[in-house]
Amino acid sequence: MTFALQFLIDVLSLGGAYALMALGLVIVYGILRLVNFAYGELIMVTGYALFLAGGTGLPWLVMAAMAILVAVATGILTEYVAFRPVRAKSVTAVLITSFAFSTLLQNAALLFISPRPRNVPLPPIFSQTVEIAGVVTPMRNLLTIAAAAILLAVFAFLMRRTVLGVAMRAAASNFTMARMLGVPANLVITSAFAISGLLAGVVGILWIGRIGTVVPGIGMEPLLVAFIATVIGGMRSLSGAVLGGFLLAFIDTTLNYTLAQDLLKFRDAFTFGLVILILLWRPQGLLKGPATGQRT
Amino acid sequence: MSKPILRATDVVVEFTGLRALDGVSLALAPGEIVGLIGPNGSGKTTLINAITGQVRLAGGSITLGDRTISGLKPRDIALLGLARSFQIVRLFNEMTVVENVQAAALAHGAGTRAARATALRLLHELGLDARADELGASLSYGDKRRVEIARALAADPAFLLLDEPAAGMNDAETEALLHTLAALPAQRGLGLLIIDHDMGLMMRLCHRLQVLAFGKTIAAGSADEVRRHPAVIEAYLGSEAAHA
Repeated sequence: MTFALQFLIDVLSLGGAYALMALGLVIVYGILRLVNFAYGELIMVTGYALFLAGGTGLPWLVMAAMAILVAVATGILTEYVAFRPVRAKSVTAVLITSFAFSTLLQNAALLFISPRPRNVPLPPIFSQTVEIAGVVTPMRNLLTIAAAAILLAVFAFLMRRTVLGVAMRAAASNFTMARMLGVPANLVITSAFAISGLLAGVVGILWIGRIGTVVPGIGMEPLLVAFIATVIGGMRSLSGAVLGGFLLAFIDTTLNYTLAQDLLKFRDAFTFGLVILILLWRPQGLLKGPATGQRT
Repeated sequence: MSKPILRATDVVVEFTGLRALDGVSLALAPGEIVGLIGPNGSGKTTLINAITGQVRLAGGSITLGDRTISGLKPRDIALLGLARSFQIVRLFNEMTVVENVQAAALAHGAGTRAARATALRLLHELGLDARADELGASLSYGDKRRVEIARALAADPAFLLLDEPAAGMNDAETEALLHTLAALPAQRGLGLLIIDHDMGLMMRLCHRLQVLAFGKTIAAGSADEVRRHPAVIEAYLGSEAAHA
């Protein structure tokens, strides 16, 4: 029983973080059919913003909010710098500009801050543990679960019940048709990047909260996780991304519990092996989303 | 107050090496149903694409009243009151039927509640009440077509351009569609431009027909006039004399 609860908390907290990461990536992909490879850097800038805000002496929640705002602003900036100028021209061009923007941001962090890890200010709650029914677990796991639950609920409400949400889903389903109906394309796209930035900002704080430091390459793992989760879940489905995030966390956690100590360092190899098996079974991902691509 | 007329004047559209439209003119007044017929590849869909801003004009112009709309973006043209449907159904498959229609009303500035009310009313008018909460992808083909029409109407357009609305429908569905469409101009004062290959439907529904072949207008007039026109018979049936 204790073991089951421990396992559940681990899966839900890791899965919550993975699901938010995946959602942030897929919200842009769903509309533009383009992967934003600078997505990981949104998490990086969140970390550095928090590090820089550390000197101000403001209350931590204010600093965290500022860091998330920086991620939102960077998300919107990505759209203007890397996507908008080349969006209509070529998929390859966007692929390269988004890689370039990613590299640019990483190098800016290397150059202007440091290649070495920097400590970010974190409130004591991040290092506290709590005991629930005999299970001792870090407080930050529960924070992650709560943040994921709240954000996913808000997100679901936004997408179903608001003008912007319906417009974004219409655009994700068939961008050309949505434009033909009068949906404002640029607004929808900018909003997608802003939401992507918001999700990356929140997840960035929770993610960096696990290790307490930020380095220029910190965005690599979240990008990879988000990418794999969306691929398993179905690249074109928002709920698929969430499902993929939790499934990936379930696989990771199960392997953490079951692999022998000397095999644990190869955990990712096992994870990706399983991912390959899933994709052989369901090449489209678990949830397919729209049956066909856009047709003209 | 008289509503403006939608007018295409000497429209030329070129694709690489091919002149898809070669000086076609067309006028559509509010309250009027005009049918566009012609063999495959004659330029019918291209004309609708040109009007709604999806292909660039190589010559000629499209005007709405005094206003030139050729060169505007598709979205701006849509906001001026031109709605269309496509030859290939393009529903938002993972959204419900009512959301599909709601999205169009929202895009035209309605609030969420008003947009939902509009959507439900239109679904009722088109006999789709029972389907409101089903996903777009799950509908039968005929129902998808009707949802497209409801969605186009949600924008409260002044002109509605339908590209093969009856394609893939069975006789009963076509008959029901005929009655729905025939009533629209009077109910809403909109002008309707229809492309379809179902001659029976077109002859009964349209006030005027215009026949295209190889990117040119070869005949125009009432159903009877068009039916008897030699150029139309030739375009549809071929003529030995024409190849001699």
